[in-house]
Amino acid sequence: MKNTMKKIYLILMLFYLYAPIMVLVVLSFNEARSRVVWGGFSLKWYKDLFTNQAVLSALRTTLVIAFVSALAATVLGTLACLGINRMRRAPRTIVMGMNNIPMMNADIVTGISLMLCFMAFGVTLSLNTVLLAHITFNVPYVILSVMPKVRQMEGSTYEAALDLGASPVYAFFKVVVPDLLPGILSGFLMAFTMSLDDFVITHFTTGAGVNTLSTLVYSEVRRGIKPTMYALSTLMFVSVLVLLILINVRPQKKKDVVE
Amino acid sequence: MDRTLISLVDISKKFGDTMVLDELNLTVRENEFVTLLGPSGCGKTTTLRIIGGFVQPSAGRVIFDGKDITKLPPNKRALNTVFQKYALFTHMNIADNIAFGLTIKGKSKAYIQDKIRYALKLVNLDGYENRSVEALSGGQQQRVAIARAIVNEPKVLLLDEPLGALDLKLRQDMQYELIRMKRELGITFIYVTHDQEEALTMSDTIVVMNQGYIQQMGTPEQIYNEPENAFVADFIGESNIVDGIMLEDKLVEICGVKFPCVDEGFGQNKPVDVVIRPEDIRLSETEEGLLRGEVTHLIFKGVHYEMEVMAGGHEWLVHSTKCFPVGTQVSLRVKPFDIQIMNKPASEDEMAVEVDG
Amino acid sequence: MGKKSFALPYVVWMIGFTIIPLAMIVYYGLTDHTGAFTFANAAQILTQEHAKALWLSVGLSVISTLICLLLAYPLAMILKGISKNQNSLIVFIFILPMWMNSLLRTMAWQTILSNQGVLNAVLSFLGLPTVRIINTSGAIIFGMVYDFLPFMVLPIYNVLLKIGQDKVDAARDLGANGVQTFFRVIFPMSMPGVVSGITMVFVPSMTTFVISNLLGGGKILLIGNVIEQAFTSGSNWRLGSGLSLVLMIFIFISMAVLAKYDPEGSNVI
Repeated sequence: MKNTMKKIYLILMLFYLYAPIMVLVVLSFNEARSRVVWGGFSLKWYKDLFTNQAVLSALRTTLVIAFVSALAATVLGTLACLGINRMRRAPRTIVMGMNNIPMMNADIVTGISLMLCFMAFGVTLSLNTVLLAHITFNVPYVILSVMPKVRQMEGSTYEAALDLGASPVYAFFKVVVPDLLPGILSGFLMAFTMSLDDFVITHFTTGAGVNTLSTLVYSEVRRGIKPTMYALSTLMFVSVLVLLILINVRPQKKKDVVE
Repeated sequence: MDRTLISLVDISKKFGDTMVLDELNLTVRENEFVTLLGPSGCGKTTTLRIIGGFVQPSAGRVIFDGKDITKLPPNKRALNTVFQKYALFTHMNIADNIAFGLTIKGKSKAYIQDKIRYALKLVNLDGYENRSVEALSGGQQQRVAIARAIVNEPKVLLLDEPLGALDLKLRQDMQYELIRMKRELGITFIYVTHDQEEALTMSDTIVVMNQGYIQQMGTPEQIYNEPENAFVADFIGESNIVDGIMLEDKLVEICGVKFPCVDEGFGQNKPVDVVIRPEDIRLSETEEGLLRGEVTHLIFKGVHYEMEVMAGGHEWLVHSTKCFPVGTQVSLRVKPFDIQIMNKPASEDEMAVEVDG
Repeated sequence: MGKKSFALPYVVWMIGFTIIPLAMIVYYGLTDHTGAFTFANAAQILTQEHAKALWLSVGLSVISTLICLLLAYPLAMILKGISKNQNSLIVFIFILPMWMNSLLRTMAWQTILSNQGVLNAVLSFLGLPTVRIINTSGAIIFGMVYDFLPFMVLPIYNVLLKIGQDKVDAARDLGANGVQTFFRVIFPMSMPGVVSGITMVFVPSMTTFVISNLLGGGKILLIGNVIEQAFTSGSNWRLGSGLSLVLMIFIFISMAVLAKYDPEGSNVI
């Protein structure tokens, strides 16, 4: 009885979480433009998607921003972790406190503050300002996933490498980086996804003519939804799904070996 | 101490396809200190958890004080547990941890205060009421866990490897303290451990378990001096276990040499396992011993020397306060009383035991 | 393994892109167009229109945070029970929607909840009366709960995972029944996760302008909408900054009050 209740609850919540996704997937194959009338199966919105220059360019912009900002944030964040770990208690607390600001702050405040700052210093809003903003909110996620690994390392493997005759640079790339790699990778992927998913901060820091998928969707919504967007969202969902399966399958195998 | 308090009757437990306990029968008398001893995976913790009510047996009954409590949930049982990793509530201070059970039972504030003071005194932590759990060392947390259990005045205290996480010195101190507490409280202790020394030091009765079966049950002296099979002999202390042939009552042939012994009733010319403790073998350089050999290894162990002697095609482990350098020709003597004869394992299960041990 | 100076680029970055921008909000929020100090921008929150938006935001976000907590706690408990046997697969399924662009998901609710939408189609097919929920506060709450539920589930789930079965066993052993065990041991021990979850739902709900735009039909103004409009359509930076400042202080006070319930002060994400 108790278990049945649990299962029902679980299924209801799953349904709640997946209902909008199912709706989008179904409507992306709808011949008719209507949201209610089923006009028959069609791939025409997918075809439209691949010839629609605005959508394709937004997709490209989104991916470029996500990749570059995640990469920059990963380098910046990993180095910062190594440095912060060496700090004494007081400065470490201050730096980690500052690091928490973009995560705990409301997106709208982060977005506005960056926009004000760019404008005040005469920087024209463009793709570059979006990139700077994304790096800023991505680094904390990298630090969040790399920091525990750095703490675990405790320096002993690095010292062991030096003891065995490795130069500091060699030891760093051959011992420290591989040791931190799982944390660095998951930090990168988290940053990538956060960047991909962001709308609010992009909305405030982007310049005229520069659209990511999020800002494009937002402007499309105002004009009335074209089912091309459903097709786009379906494709995005499927690719994120595939990506996540790839991420989740790998570390699990590793765990099995360890155990 | 003679009245039966707990009986496990034909208890079996399966986890999936794995048989963890197989028709186990065990009786615990009032005010007894019983230790369940065995290697990890032998079923000792499962047995304890069945008594505590955290695990339901697949078959069999648990009788407590004459009543069947097999289906009773843990909160309705008149026994308390000291958990392996203490399981203290980290969101409460020490006094609140100890008061937990009494608060649930709705005892008065004054009564609870009294009890907390008494319990902290018993475990040597007077004045620790308001400290947080995390500020305590492992040994202190252990004491709080004991205090939290005993304030409820259980008839039986279940202890699941309570000293496993402590360092050696602390562990030895706590062993004496547990014996003292048990005397003061006058209640039954059921103790689970894989440490044979702990078991020998504290118990009235030791139950040696392996692979879901009770291998032997008895006083520490019985378990040590008269192991019933190769597993027990090997698990408790160090021992030489060799093949032998029981020629007749009180005479056994080992490595082709006839040794007088005290065991009877094995029949004639019967293959047996022979156990001889390393400290029971006397070495001498004279020729008077029955078995002669050469010292191959020598290690100084503090209290004694540990030597290996190659004799009669078998490597004998010998403990002696006298030093015989490597290469010395020695003869081995064993008093008849120190030769322990055991039946060869007959069943498949015991075969498995031997391979595993 | 690395030197303190490794952190220098990031410290400089944070000062440039986190601290200075926040200082800009404070500057713009507390000055007039001549650069003179004034409380006038922040005081705009007291005008009837803005105060109404703020209180509506508070009301809707408190309600959606509570609903999230009520939905997420049992869910996290069930997930904890399941994941013992089935790895992270089930948890993974619950996290997956979170990684899909939240705008698109919210947009889908517009499709479902609109007057000619899926929900009403199903209702009329079943012969039930249709509902008008789109463009109401109810729809906004719906969207908030949907968008931020995973942020409540995950921290609670993570904390619950860390509460060992032995703590539950200990409580039972000491005489607590199932209900007592929950309220005296499990729930208090999960407080860090609950506090973290509340923060992660309350802050974005309190400051959203997207959800109210998409599901409220632009007729319902939250404080997020007011601020967003001040920057985009109104171009009144000083007003927007002043209101942001009030919003930040309000959230900061809420968090400080909430932190009292999390004695360890640990951040669980």
